[in-house]
Amino acid sequence: MRRGVFSQALLRWLLRLCALIPCAAVLFLLGFLIVKGAPQLGLHLLFDTVPPLDALLGRRPVWDGLWPACAGTLYLVALTMALALFPGVGCGLYLAEFAPPRQAARIRLAMDVLAGTPSIVMGLFGFTLILFLRHSVWPGANTSLLLSACCLALLVLPVVVTTTSEALEAVPGSLRITGAALGFTRRQLARRVLLPAAGPGIWGGIILATGRAAEDTAVIMLTGVVANAGLPAGLADKFEALPFSIYYISAQYQDNDELLRGFGAALVLLLLSAALLLCSRWLENRFRRRWQGVS
Amino acid sequence: MSKSRKPAVCQAGSASALPPAGPQTADHTDSPGWVLRLSAWLAVLAVILLFVMIVAAALPAIQISGPGSPLDWVWQPGQGRYGILPMCVGSLALAALALLLGWPLAVGLSCWLLTEENFKFLPLVRFISGLVRFMTTVPTVVYGFAAVFLLTPFARATLGGTGMCLAAAALMLVLLVLPTMTLILMAGLRPRLERLCPWGLALGFSRFDLMRFFVLPRSGRNLASAAVLGFGRAVGDTLIPLMLAGNATQVPGGLSESMRSLTAHMALVTANEVGGAAYNSLFVAGLVLLAVNTAASLALRRLVRREAPAGSSAKQAATA
Repeated sequence: MRRGVFSQALLRWLLRLCALIPCAAVLFLLGFLIVKGAPQLGLHLLFDTVPPLDALLGRRPVWDGLWPACAGTLYLVALTMALALFPGVGCGLYLAEFAPPRQAARIRLAMDVLAGTPSIVMGLFGFTLILFLRHSVWPGANTSLLLSACCLALLVLPVVVTTTSEALEAVPGSLRITGAALGFTRRQLARRVLLPAAGPGIWGGIILATGRAAEDTAVIMLTGVVANAGLPAGLADKFEALPFSIYYISAQYQDNDELLRGFGAALVLLLLSAALLLCSRWLENRFRRRWQGVS
Repeated sequence: MSKSRKPAVCQAGSASALPPAGPQTADHTDSPGWVLRLSAWLAVLAVILLFVMIVAAALPAIQISGPGSPLDWVWQPGQGRYGILPMCVGSLALAALALLLGWPLAVGLSCWLLTEENFKFLPLVRFISGLVRFMTTVPTVVYGFAAVFLLTPFARATLGGTGMCLAAAALMLVLLVLPTMTLILMAGLRPRLERLCPWGLALGFSRFDLMRFFVLPRSGRNLASAAVLGFGRAVGDTLIPLMLAGNATQVPGGLSESMRSLTAHMALVTANEVGGAAYNSLFVAGLVLLAVNTAASLALRRLVRREAPAGSSAKQAATA
């Protein structure tokens, strides 16, 4: 009996150890980043010595700052979401409301496979696409901001589709019945009742996808990111991005200043993705509280 | 609002009053409409295009035989040898090692989060479950960056060599795959435990006993699906092996040896633009990765669906 009690206590402490080791490791890593990176945060990190207004308006180029990378990431993420929004939300709505069961199963299968595709393969897809275009209809095609955004949009598409259809399915059935009783057709019901009702849930998914797009590095490495491009000049130009500059600095840093800038960049990216996560969870919680009571 | 509702009301009224009379009474607003159909088609066609492009690019390269073939054990572009098999073995070893370390940790972590009864630890439970959710969003490049300056010197001191080795990359991959595995485990285990709890606790079992004797032995599928998900993530990650594994094109012989994964290989080859023949191996590597991950997500889909026919929470954890 006493042996049983002892082994039970041992197992319990083993479990606690399982939990504490990885969490301590993560906290240690993040703490190290914060200690090294926090003193770097500030306008100097973004703009170096250029006056912020000049840099924001693009009047003077920033060489030793993160501003071009930040701007590149912003452009990239905005373009990605613009491309992913229509097919993502539309496909989610179709999946949840209109698709016949067999077709829905097929779409879900496609989305599952897409969700499991590694990001570097998505990058390779973009790369192949450009090679194909170059050899067929458009000899001048080159890796660019637009191509990166297309591939990233494909990468985040399953997130948007899945969260949209799940948010729509979580809307209570009474709304549907009431709508039908009031004489709404299915299309009107979907557009005027279900989409607004599922709105916060859908936005939560979109913001989650935005975070995914902002952090991903492998896709853009193969589709047009470069280390020194300045502000992106257009859709068909190369660009800088925050995650890639972190990678680049860690591999090629020349002096201590550059290294510290790398820590600053890592911290900025971390804060960005944490903020997006919090935002999406807040929206999802609000959605759940509204339709499913406390959860 | 009223304007757009009016025809619908008329139609609904007339549909019940009149017998169906040919195509002109068909209720067009009951169909999804071309915009929605277009968006669904766009999404599905993009997936099909992805597969077609990768397979079409890789097929001619697979058929090459002899020393220049991508299915070879030597990677020496200078001599025209473009074998990617060492990278396949490297990827496999790395993912297997990460899974070997990470899967027990994930099981332990999720069991602890679900069964801790000591009141003193409850704030810690809440904090750690929040931290696990947060860990899913930490960018891999940030993990890699921190580990280059923390883990590499440590590995250099303990294992010798440059510190850029299989073990360092595997350790960081554990942190990467742990939260997703933990979330899918918790989504699967929690409802079973909750179902048993009132009766089990009344009979005098602790939550831990219930978990150990009743929930875990019956949750084989859930445990397996967590492992499959973790494997897929570990194989598909690029930045951690690229930054931490040293990128030598050899079959890793031990924990302290440098290796190169398929993903890192792809990133390096396109960055260096070796030439036409090297690209062939790149496409083959992409095809291998795509095949492995497709198989993993199909297996996961089957496991999760059999596990919980109506449960979307497990699926949500899988895509999160």
